Amino acid sequence: MISAYFIHLLILVGIYAILAVALQLAMGFTGLLNLGHIAFYCVGAYISALLALAGWPFWFCFLSAGIGAMLFGFLLAIPTNKLKGDYLALATLGFSFVIYAVALNWTGLTRGPLGLPGIPKPSLFGFVFSNNLSFLILTFIIALTSYFIIKQIASSPFGKVLEAIRDNELAVRVLGKNTFKMKSYALGISAFFAGIAGSLYAHYITFIDPSSFTLLQLIPVIAIVIIGGLASLRGTVIAAVVLVLLPEPLRFIGFPSSIVGPARQMIYALLLILILIYKPKGFYGKIELE
Amino acid sequence: MLKIEDLNKFFGGIKAVDGCSFEIKEKTITALIGPNGSGKTTIFNLISGILRPDSGKIMLGGKDITDKSIEDISNLGISRLFQQTRLFNNLTVRENLLLALDNEDTKFWSVFVLRASADKKNKFEKKIQEMLELVGLEEFADKLARDLSYGQKRLIELSRAILNPHNFLMLDEPVSGVAPRLREKIKEILIGLKEKGETILLIEHDMNFAFKISDDVIVLEKGRVIAEGKPDEIKNNPRVLEAYLGN
Ligand SMILES: Nc1ncnc2c1ncn2[C@@H]1O[C@H](COP(=O)(O)OP(=O)(O)OP(=O)(O)O)[C@@H](O)[C@H]1O
Ligand SMILES: [Mg+2]
Repeated sequence: MISAYFIHLLILVGIYAILAVALQLAMGFTGLLNLGHIAFYCVGAYISALLALAGWPFWFCFLSAGIGAMLFGFLLAIPTNKLKGDYLALATLGFSFVIYAVALNWTGLTRGPLGLPGIPKPSLFGFVFSNNLSFLILTFIIALTSYFIIKQIASSPFGKVLEAIRDNELAVRVLGKNTFKMKSYALGISAFFAGIAGSLYAHYITFIDPSSFTLLQLIPVIAIVIIGGLASLRGTVIAAVVLVLLPEPLRFIGFPSSIVGPARQMIYALLLILILIYKPKGFYGKIELE
Repeated sequence: MLKIEDLNKFFGGIKAVDGCSFEIKEKTITALIGPNGSGKTTIFNLISGILRPDSGKIMLGGKDITDKSIEDISNLGISRLFQQTRLFNNLTVRENLLLALDNEDTKFWSVFVLRASADKKNKFEKKIQEMLELVGLEEFADKLARDLSYGQKRLIELSRAILNPHNFLMLDEPVSGVAPRLREKIKEILIGLKEKGETILLIEHDMNFAFKISDDVIVLEKGRVIAEGKPDEIKNNPRVLEAYLGN
């Protein structure tokens, strides 16, 4: 019983790790405080679910989720190009509200608040990932691949340009580099991975509705990114493990689920505030923002 | 080399640049001087495309660059040092300089090319090494930019501007706030560059430094050019003395 539950938690760790590592590319490396990240997750989940329900194979749904979310990433880069800091955060927040509203109100496509039930479990080459252990392995492989791709991007010369944009965008432009293009890539790639995380989530829970994609759901992801440390991928993974597992003892010392849920959100929010006050670089972060 | 014609720029009611025209000759060092707020930095911002002029024209080697983007202007051959430091603070000195040299780093495919061409890498490494030796900061190559002292930051930023491929170099107060010994060094570096055929326009508050280093001087007051000429002519120009003493 406990071990089944533990597997469930590890799957969540994997999904959150992908989401957080993806956000790290935009936020930690490129300096884009993107509160629209949850919207990419939402777009990915819905694209994958709708295609799967229409009979498309998992690999196609999964990749479409990434590519669809990536297109939204490129799209979001256009109006937000000139915005920085708080303004960028506000604009991207608006974007996540718009996507949420569409998921809620375009009932013809998404069934609105009723959600989409019966999303099939993934299957690849005839193998169905129906039990949680096999799903955990799939999640683990995808999370690991995502981690190494993002690490490769971040440590390449391309990634150094992204970091330079974070530190001083005007100076990058004066060196003759097109920062709009670079920021579009950062948002697009970040969105791609958020999209595939959404796909994994949809096929794991087998049911999605708009309530999984509210701003409240973004708090743990932001908490992981900040607590792990901006621009630290290793810190992000460690923080994903710790933060997903941290509230669990509450359950085992006898708190009912109805309390554990809200308590979880409160713990994340509280931790975030404490870290921002006492350890603003997070546990593994090295960068200092002006 | 560079020519500006009847340039105007308003900020609300303030006329920061008021009908400026001048021309910078190839292979010279020109100093742009003038009291605080006379519009020197604004002219730099107009030339590098950060600000748009209300009217007027900017020509680089016969090409109109007035409406070009910041990136295009840089790629057409203008490199610039800012008045306030703008280093990439969380990157190392080496990485800061490499960003100026490498033009392929914005190509996404470069991420997956595991081994960048060794030739190119060595060429960049060598240039960085030479530059660091020139400014005497070899042992700081792998330090984070944010850990440098102010003077060192200025030197690295100057190095970055010099390494950024260009045929016209604009420096906004390269020696302000820099210790006297370092000033001498910067002066030597700039004169060395000129001897190699570079064209430099620099803004300077320290008149002595400006007069010693430059071939030509342009004096600005309230957004207007009030005098132009050789350092010796400018030194004794009553109009210039008035502008400075009246300030
Ligand atoms: N972005 C801006 N918005 C509004 N006013 C500005 C702006 N930039 C400059 N100014 C004003 O334009 C005038 C010229 O400023 P500028 O920075 O070009 O002077 P400067 O000659 O470089 O002075 P300093 O020697 O102090 O650097 C000043 O009155 C300044 O306050
Ligand atoms: Mg100035």
